[in-house]
Amino acid sequence: MRPIIRVSNLGKLYRIETRVRRTLRESIVDSLVAPVRYIGGCINRLTDGAVTNRSAGAGAHVWALKGVTFDVMPGEILGIVGRNGAGKSTLLKILSRVTEPTEGGAEIYGRVGSLLEVGTGFHGELSGRENIYLNGAILGMKRTEIEEKFDEIVAFAEIEEFLDTPVKRYSSGMYVRLAFAVAAHLEPEILVADEVLAVGDVAFQKKCLGKMSDIARQGRTVLFVSHNMASIESLCSSCLMIDSGRLVAQGKPSDIVSCYMASGFRVNSGERSLSEHPGRRPGSITAMTHVQLSSEEGSSLQGSSRMGAPLEIRVRYNAQRPLRPVLGVTVRSLRGVPVFCVSDRFCGQLAFCEPAVRGTVICRIEKLPLMPGTYVADLWLGDAGGDLDIIFDAISFEVLPADVTGTGKLPPQECGPVFCDATWRLIDESEGIASHDSRFDDNSSL
Amino acid sequence: MLNAIAESRSEVEASRSAPGFAPEAPAEIPDVPLFTITARRRTMGSDLGDLWTHRELFYFLTWRDVKVRYKQTVLGALWAILQPFLTMVVFTLFFGRLARIPSNGVPYPIFAYAGLLPWTFFSNAVTSAGNSVVGNASLITKVYVPRMIIPGSAVAAALLDFAIAGLILIAMMVYYGVAISAQAAMLAPLTVLLAVLAFGVGTFMAGLNVKYRDVRHALPFVIQLWMFATPIIYPSNFVPAKWRWLLVLNPLTGIIEGFRGALFGLDFQWFGFAVAACAAGGILTYSVHSFRRMEREFADIV
Repeated sequence: MRPIIRVSNLGKLYRIETRVRRTLRESIVDSLVAPVRYIGGCINRLTDGAVTNRSAGAGAHVWALKGVTFDVMPGEILGIVGRNGAGKSTLLKILSRVTEPTEGGAEIYGRVGSLLEVGTGFHGELSGRENIYLNGAILGMKRTEIEEKFDEIVAFAEIEEFLDTPVKRYSSGMYVRLAFAVAAHLEPEILVADEVLAVGDVAFQKKCLGKMSDIARQGRTVLFVSHNMASIESLCSSCLMIDSGRLVAQGKPSDIVSCYMASGFRVNSGERSLSEHPGRRPGSITAMTHVQLSSEEGSSLQGSSRMGAPLEIRVRYNAQRPLRPVLGVTVRSLRGVPVFCVSDRFCGQLAFCEPAVRGTVICRIEKLPLMPGTYVADLWLGDAGGDLDIIFDAISFEVLPADVTGTGKLPPQECGPVFCDATWRLIDESEGIASHDSRFDDNSSL
Repeated sequence: MLNAIAESRSEVEASRSAPGFAPEAPAEIPDVPLFTITARRRTMGSDLGDLWTHRELFYFLTWRDVKVRYKQTVLGALWAILQPFLTMVVFTLFFGRLARIPSNGVPYPIFAYAGLLPWTFFSNAVTSAGNSVVGNASLITKVYVPRMIIPGSAVAAALLDFAIAGLILIAMMVYYGVAISAQAAMLAPLTVLLAVLAFGVGTFMAGLNVKYRDVRHALPFVIQLWMFATPIIYPSNFVPAKWRWLLVLNPLTGIIEGFRGALFGLDFQWFGFAVAACAAGGILTYSVHSFRRMEREFADIV
């Protein structure tokens, strides 16, 4: 059988400039200076043969993808895993023709439908009915195709009675349901999807997964990026792992998932320099310089904490300007599932502090509500205007068991990563039942 | 969630292993790739083919722009009429009555409106096309559509307003008793020319706007200046003969004078029309070329 997608030596170079957008004035000045510089360069080359490197100061170059080669067979459900910033999304963007590669290429032997986002092109002012047509057309469906599936889409999204309401009045749940419903009825030969499964409530998620398995059954080809290892393992028939823009492993999903989980997630020693961190989101400003996890004032964790103990996340930053810092921390399990998030953006406790160019933001969690295991934290630093510096998988740490229940017993791991304090009491409603005791005795005697 | 996944996995597996289950034979793989992704530039031919396969999307985007434009307004599509009409009233008062600008024997209000009608279309089309790509960033970064459709549909949506405002022109011509001559047939090619010019300028602005947001601020200003450089409030023979060649360099001069000539049965200025046609063609070629060059990095910088 011949492959339906043939990717060869694909590479994408991003130039990361300190100032990404040049203003018109700069490029006018540039274009005036360029001929002079060019002539100057020629003279230099003539005189001493040295090649002047113009781009040296212009900014760093980053290969978001480099030398990626693989084939996809028809009917294959290919999962793509990798850390944030590894180049997965860039790969999907190139394959769905959103952006162009810098080198290499791909041959695609089928119609591609891409779902890099649900609800692309939805317009708030238009009604649900109108948005189904618009979004369908944007995703590449023909008008007749949309008309055919219209009722199915509406039924799937469960929005019958709001069909003629502008979607800006929809609840966010209705909105994503409608968006996913349109996307799910797209029937291309190749579907390219980026973590769109995690929408809606549990019941709807189940429906979405059911739809995905339908797609799998129909023998269509799917490329699927997710951080959720459970869904990769359950849905995919093969898997790729990408790290720093390179294809590092390829094979059975279960092998790749365990390889992914084993790689890189060494438990950090409770502190880590952030000045040069591989997980920094491209385009971020390097502001966070150091992170330390400690249980008490100043004492480092050595990489492990105990359940129910206090945890302090201390992030040192050095911004170029005075900053009223807003720190956010997302703690995720090793499978990539977010467990909880704390952010001063929602609390605003530092909203009136004195702005500082550099400082340490301390976030204290009084009782760490995590079950034993290894976790990773993403860090977001910004100010009131938005996030400036985002680092995924900034630091990992281990939570050790502790006798938080006072009985020496803990719930089993399968019950989830969160440990929750609870108190118990019984309201005795058996008053007035005369035979209470005797019945109990009867039962026991049997 | 995990349970849901586990269940759906077993469903998939069950269906895969069920007797008699054969995955629907995947559609036959064609010999030639449906499309090829390379670092090289694509050919004009493949781009045109792409535009053709996405013609329905063009229709839907135009329809969206039309639908959305007057949402949550009280007057709705009446705005399409009010905009040029009120401008005409103001111009008539200030330039026609007070400044007594000549209007070649046609009543000044209808003279001004015949110029304002194509102008309003042009300025709205260029402005909305110029901001269209930036305003539809998610269509650029999240999905593939031939990007030229986006400014194109902005221009097409403006055409509807043009048609609505044209009704007032007909009413005014009846009111002022202006007879229609055979020259009115020229209105069709003139409108096409005007739309092509608006698409050319708008598309170029749209591409430039992605990289340089200065365009967003400069555009209204440029449009305003352009209006005064175009014979809308005054006839072109109002300009001293020695400078008239400068006016003809502006492709809109030929088009607007052409509109008036066609409507009022005046001498049709073929020279101006020819200049406008050449200029529109040149601008279209250049802006399509530069848009295709710029669109390669739209998704990375928008």
